[in-house]
Amino acid sequence: MLGSVIRQAVSRQIVRNSPISTTAAVAQTNQTGDKKESPKKPTIWKIDEHKRERLANFGKYAAECLPKFVQKVQFAAGDELELLIHPSGVVPVLSFLKGNHSAQFTNLTFITGMDVPTRKNRLEVIYSLYSVRFNARVRVRTYTDEIAPIDSATPVFKGADWFEREVYDMYGVWFNNHPDLRRILTDYGFEGHPFRKDYPLSGYNEVRYDPELKRVVYEPSELAQEFRKFDLNTPWETFPAFRNQSITSGYETILEVAEPTPATPQNK
Amino acid sequence: MLGRKIAGTCLRANVPSVAATSSTPATQTRNSHTIWYPDAKFERQFKTGGTLGKLWMSERVSDFDEKIGLDKLEKLAYSDPVMSDNYSGKQREKNLENMILNFGPQHPAAHGVLRLVLKLEGEVIIKAIPHIGLLHRATEKLIEHKTYTQALPYFDRLDYVSMMCNEQAWSLAVEKLLGIDIPTRAKYIRTLMGELTRIQNHIMGITTHALDVGAMTPFFWMFEEREKLFEFSERVSGARMHANYVRPGGVAWDLPIGLMDDIYDWAIKFPERIDELEDMLTENRIWKARTIDIGLVSAADALNWGFSGVMVRGSGIKQDVRKTEPYDAYADMEFDVPIGTKGDCYDRYLCRIEEMRQSLNIVHQCLNKMPAGEIKVDDHKVVPPKRAEMKENMESLIHHFKFFTEGFQVPPGATYVPIEAPKGEFGVYLVADGTGKPYRCFIRAPGFAHLAAIHDVCYMSLIADIVAVIGTMDIVFGEVDR
Repeated sequence: MLGSVIRQAVSRQIVRNSPISTTAAVAQTNQTGDKKESPKKPTIWKIDEHKRERLANFGKYAAECLPKFVQKVQFAAGDELELLIHPSGVVPVLSFLKGNHSAQFTNLTFITGMDVPTRKNRLEVIYSLYSVRFNARVRVRTYTDEIAPIDSATPVFKGADWFEREVYDMYGVWFNNHPDLRRILTDYGFEGHPFRKDYPLSGYNEVRYDPELKRVVYEPSELAQEFRKFDLNTPWETFPAFRNQSITSGYETILEVAEPTPATPQNK
Repeated sequence: MLGRKIAGTCLRANVPSVAATSSTPATQTRNSHTIWYPDAKFERQFKTGGTLGKLWMSERVSDFDEKIGLDKLEKLAYSDPVMSDNYSGKQREKNLENMILNFGPQHPAAHGVLRLVLKLEGEVIIKAIPHIGLLHRATEKLIEHKTYTQALPYFDRLDYVSMMCNEQAWSLAVEKLLGIDIPTRAKYIRTLMGELTRIQNHIMGITTHALDVGAMTPFFWMFEEREKLFEFSERVSGARMHANYVRPGGVAWDLPIGLMDDIYDWAIKFPERIDELEDMLTENRIWKARTIDIGLVSAADALNWGFSGVMVRGSGIKQDVRKTEPYDAYADMEFDVPIGTKGDCYDRYLCRIEEMRQSLNIVHQCLNKMPAGEIKVDDHKVVPPKRAEMKENMESLIHHFKFFTEGFQVPPGATYVPIEAPKGEFGVYLVADGTGKPYRCFIRAPGFAHLAAIHDVCYMSLIADIVAVIGTMDIVFGEVDR
């Protein structure tokens, strides 16, 4: 994760200050040892600690059952469980999460991709599962590069068909054993993968109707004006002291499996 | 799966008239359509009669056939190939091809720009391949180049039939990553406008579905009510459809004076409109013939295909994000979640009708419990200051300038926030990297997962049934193509 901060051993009992609420930040210090902060601020996001603890226990259980594939178990946004797995373990991990009696994540919510060009394995595939039985959500994240394929999840979840086609169309991740892997949202004959970070927003081609040929033709883009990138972001970070103090910011590691092979690429 | 369906057909074929197995009157009324008559699966075995090695009669073996030994004769005839009329004695086969039909992309019943390539066997669909993407605008990539506040109007244009529900998902995702919670009045306003949007969407979904099937009158009646709902949206946000109202940090403006009274006046009259709609459709003989047993989705298939919303509730799964993961003010609301039994188009129609009544229930509770107070958080780095404050002191002017030029910075992290949109579970997977622009925003559209399974839902259906299935899925291509 670009710019992500891994927080270590943060106590779950403390309702931490919001970095945006300046009055609360001024009024309170970071009370690490305070276990009982009774009046919760109404402007702070609430997290269900009981649900969080159950998800943490399930994350440890999943890491115990799948030590070959699960590389890290972490919380995102305070209470969302994420399993970071090796790309070869997509089908075993999803089968475990769907079929295990203690998991029963029978509903595949979505599959999507993400591009972080600064990484060695720049493409990331995110699976989100939902358990109707336990009312719990889990995310499974894995990584790949532009060349290496990932096993398709359609043998496990039939609804993965179109989501994987969309990831293939937009990011170029190849899915092995997919029944019908072709482009889904772009035009017939489209080249490139438009959601990668190095694809320009204006694209490479434009279309127009040719009255002589009597059909729509593709031509290279000729922008009448150069693409204007409004870079109005402030160059400094406005609240660096409170980067980790929001209860939903960053990631909180629950379990990190020690890698026996140092050559295995790991997704951080 | 297919064998089980054929076995079901054979089982039903043995009983020409199925008596009601349940004593409830509703089930008896529903079972009046279970008199068996030949469907596509039964007729298919006769279409191959006359060709090489096939039988000329049904594969169904009854007790009478067994008594007179006809089943043995059938097995014997099946093992011995039938000779053709060629006198030289050589066997030959006739080469038949299936017809391929383009349904759309300009078909009025496609509910948008959907190109559906149908492979037909007679009038029976044996393959339905949707081609989507004709409304694809790279919305997610555009969002990566905008600030968090500028990305909000894109969500109005995703599902352009339920605008404020899409805005709700984006605002909740940004607020979760910021770690802030909005005031209670803003939560109630969001819930109220969300339920009005849900009624608005179900009016459109039900009446256009009825229009596709052949009923014109409900469309004309209920769109009058939809205009009233557009007036409410216009009064709170200034726009009829693309509201840009539910913003991160609260809602843009407070409710104008008198709006809650007008919503109450409308809400006490709207059940009569639903009753009129039900008078036209619920017991309509043609409507029932076109929707009962059409588009059957079992509960296991609904979960396996990634369905959500009315598509799983019609199959009997009580799954509603407003109940399981309450957001905004839904934890304070009391409402029921209607579920179906069979999972066909008629069950989903009844679920949508009942959802409109439950939405009215929530609207009444919001009007009664609407608290006083602020509508935005008091942090002016997340919401702009008031206009009067901006003109009176320098700090508010600076906040206003910084807010609208560079937006606000969201701490690094990732979150997925689902809400219950009228069509299903609409969610936003948002990845922030600490700058003022999102790093990645994935939009989980419920119609995308529903349309993906249209081949499995419409397999061995007629062409008229696929129109009913598109109507029952409530496909809007602003969210499917994104």
